[in-house]
Amino acid sequence: MAIDPARVGAIALRQFYLFRGSITRTVPLFVWVAIDIVLWGFITRYLNTVTSAGFDFVPVLLGAVLLWDFFQRVMQGVTMAFFEDVWSRNFLNLFASPLTIGEYVTGLVLTSVITSAVGLVVMIVLAGVIFGLSFLSYGAALGAFVFVLFLFGIALGITACAIVLRFGPSAEWFIWPIPGILSPFAGVFYPVATLPRWMQAIAFLLPPSHVFEGLRALVTGGTVAADRLAIALALSIVCVLVASWVFRRVYRRAVRTGLIARYSAETLS
Amino acid sequence: MVVLSVTGIRKLYGGTVAVDDVSFQVGRGEIVGLLGPNGAGKTTTINMILGVLAPTAGSIRIDSLDLEAHRRDALARTNFAAVYAPLPGNLTVAQNLRFFGMLYGVRHLGERIDALLSDFALTGFRDTKCGVLSSGEQTRVALAKAMLNRPRLLLLDEPTASLDPATARELRTSIRAFAVSSATGVLWTSHNMYEVADVCDRVLFLSRGRILLEGNPKTLPAEHGKETLEDLFVTVAREPLTLQS
Repeated sequence: MAIDPARVGAIALRQFYLFRGSITRTVPLFVWVAIDIVLWGFITRYLNTVTSAGFDFVPVLLGAVLLWDFFQRVMQGVTMAFFEDVWSRNFLNLFASPLTIGEYVTGLVLTSVITSAVGLVVMIVLAGVIFGLSFLSYGAALGAFVFVLFLFGIALGITACAIVLRFGPSAEWFIWPIPGILSPFAGVFYPVATLPRWMQAIAFLLPPSHVFEGLRALVTGGTVAADRLAIALALSIVCVLVASWVFRRVYRRAVRTGLIARYSAETLS
Repeated sequence: MVVLSVTGIRKLYGGTVAVDDVSFQVGRGEIVGLLGPNGAGKTTTINMILGVLAPTAGSIRIDSLDLEAHRRDALARTNFAAVYAPLPGNLTVAQNLRFFGMLYGVRHLGERIDALLSDFALTGFRDTKCGVLSSGEQTRVALAKAMLNRPRLLLLDEPTASLDPATARELRTSIRAFAVSSATGVLWTSHNMYEVADVCDRVLFLSRGRILLEGNPKTLPAEHGKETLEDLFVTVAREPLTLQS
């Protein structure tokens, strides 16, 4: 079914209204990522002073932190926009309108693009100005890294929405730890080869692991393997498709069982 | 001309029958009251017509469009207000109307919002967040949203439940005028039998998920040996078997 840009825009506009009138929504867009960049910036500086000369931790660790934070911002951009409807008990008004599921999810994604872009810009400026991290050093591969992490963030965000729609608002607490659970497998701070074999197998299926392996290869003077990037991109696309399918299935079940019509904090079916 | 056609809808929750073989129609400009005691299946029926609850069996046509096959187009011609579905309290009145106006594809939205704010005496609350409005004001905002797209079918689930009698009377008059002028079919639930008798052209009494009685609210009580619609309602609620033919 065709996507109506006006209805997609309405979802994004609603989020804009909420951000415009609320300091509690706007500040978290950049405060947490700023804290992360400052914290890890100083850690990398310290590591540069205590390890052998010649190796620069800034592009490896700080670059990884920046990209991982970006991924989390993308995921949270989707889930936070969804939670606004959960908290305001707006599902009945939304889904009794001509809005389609495709338009709703696209609107959530558009919202996430805007909010995560704000976080990304803040991180790039801070990392560049304070710690001298130059994104030009990553070359053209940076675009691919960001795109893969963006897609994977969208996929996890949509999956998180499906979980909350299925199990009720209290399932929100399942959502926040997801990036933390994935990070050991994604090899954000260390090569995937460091992991035991079973973890490496899981890591291979996670698009971010290929991004961070590529990042490390790049800053240590190597090149990013095109086939790894292709695998990461393919995996990300598959994740988005699967997540969209799962959300649609959960929505249909919610319509069948009446969950949409009586969605509340007590729902946990 | 029929704007809503419900044919044999049925809703099962596990082994429990919530709505059982319900069929009825609503014509253009007609206001039909859907009455019944708590748990009779009124809200379940409305939720199925709104497309947020899938019937186990049966079909629903809105303005000749099958709801399942043409959900988007059918819902674009529908709107609703319900006491249990307030608009988001963290948006202002104007923001809510703009947001829902965009969802319903309303043309000349700015003008439409201005007109509705005026019609529902909400101009002074234009930039007030809905969450801080009184329940009566919130009801007026919900009704303004329900009329944004000039729906062919309007579903009102206890629309005046939180209003004082004077405001309720004004709103009934407004809704009546809207239904007549725009040839909108209205399905109206209420527990206020005086209101139902005043505003509805026809009523359907639901009991235990089935339509028990149907007719003109002004003549129906006498047809069943009751003085008032409220007496008839009480009988439907307590002794439905005595009314089954």
